[in-house]
Amino acid sequence: MGLEKHIVAPLSKEEVQNLKAGDYVYITGVIYTARDAAHKRMYEALQKGEEIPFSLKNNVIYYMGPSPAREGQIIGSAGPTTSSRMDKYTPLLLDTGLLGMIGKGYRSQSVIESIIKNKAVYFVATGGAGALLSKCIKKSKVIAYEDLGTEAIHELYVENFPVIVAIDSNGNNLYENTDIIS
Amino acid sequence: MRVINTGEIVSNIKEMCIEANYKLASDVSTRIMDAYKNETSDLGKLILGQLCENMNIAENEQIPICQDTGMTIVFVKIGQDVHIEGGSLEEAINEGIRQGYKEGFLRKSVVSDPIIRKNTMDNTPGVIHYEIVAGDFIEITVVPKGFGSENMSRIYMLKPSDGVEGIKEAVLKTVKLAGPNACPPIVVGVGIGGSFEKCALLAKKALTRNLDEPSNFPHIRKLEEELLEEINKLGIGPGGFGGKITALGVKIETYPTHIAGLPVAVNICCHVNRHITRIL
Repeated sequence: MGLEKHIVAPLSKEEVQNLKAGDYVYITGVIYTARDAAHKRMYEALQKGEEIPFSLKNNVIYYMGPSPAREGQIIGSAGPTTSSRMDKYTPLLLDTGLLGMIGKGYRSQSVIESIIKNKAVYFVATGGAGALLSKCIKKSKVIAYEDLGTEAIHELYVENFPVIVAIDSNGNNLYENTDIIS
Repeated sequence: MRVINTGEIVSNIKEMCIEANYKLASDVSTRIMDAYKNETSDLGKLILGQLCENMNIAENEQIPICQDTGMTIVFVKIGQDVHIEGGSLEEAINEGIRQGYKEGFLRKSVVSDPIIRKNTMDNTPGVIHYEIVAGDFIEITVVPKGFGSENMSRIYMLKPSDGVEGIKEAVLKTVKLAGPNACPPIVVGVGIGGSFEKCALLAKKALTRNLDEPSNFPHIRKLEEELLEEINKLGIGPGGFGGKITALGVKIETYPTHIAGLPVAVNICCHVNRHITRIL
């Protein structure tokens, strides 16, 4: 396993470049959720030169659509969804300032190249651990695309949210190099 | 002739949707806990530890095990001596889903049209498979199926000459392709035989089997055991970061097929393998 690190979101470029594939990282700060439908809308807006609901600059997008909160809960179950479905949209978002992503699973070659070009980072959280991960979410509010239901963009405040660096800013890919962890 | 009212079907489906999403059946949870004990990779063990903790939090704090509470697959076996009264059976099943997903605080993950993609906001309709059987009962199995793993499922129309080796190759190829995307450790449901659509249905049914109950056919039981061993040798591991536990189980269902064909469907399920059966 790599090193254990604590970082703050929004991210700083310097900090991101210190992260290495295999590092076990706890994120504290503000992150944003977006999955398939929200990505499509943001991508189409950016292509037309229109505003999108939040500034991507140095921010982290969490590929996640939560289950509803019960009374007294901040959020329901809140684990990552499969990242590759966002691959088509990701390079444009990275070029627009996005610095980090949290999801699960493989990324396409064009996303990996864009991560290197923009010195960004791809984290993964444990798929199917949505109840556990929800405990690290301390605030949640819908800030855009409410009509999309669970796919609306949520602004989250997370504390010590546990992720693993899967692809670092140099393009080292944990999925291709399991030696890193042994 | 036995009479069953649709109201009974609605309330049972509702309860089953909720129950399945908060607590795994013991055959599945036991295998996850065993995997935690047996995994040797550090990261793999850490991830399996998280999954064990996740199951406890889900049950004790009433948070769904996974935020993807699935598209609701419903298998209904209807005894031919049963008369259903109180309106449409299909509407009753969907009403049960609607109530279960609302009252159970489950995610609404269904869009009304695959191209227009507008969320129906109540998780209906379910995908319903009916079967008419002998008897005077109704058996209902509810399977909330997540799509991270559903997307990694495949069908292969093999040639008879491909044989057992071809089947194994198809299953292993699918598991490798799924890699980390399907949330390993996975459960692998395999359908062999029938026709194009029949083998897919068999694969889905295989996922509803108790992991502790092997096939009744000795040659299929052997294939289930061999495939589990070969899948785990791939080394994909928990979360896809390497390790010796990639699958919790392999279940195979078969059906007679055509002299010219060997259909094989591989339906992948993540470790959150939810299914629940009730007999009315």
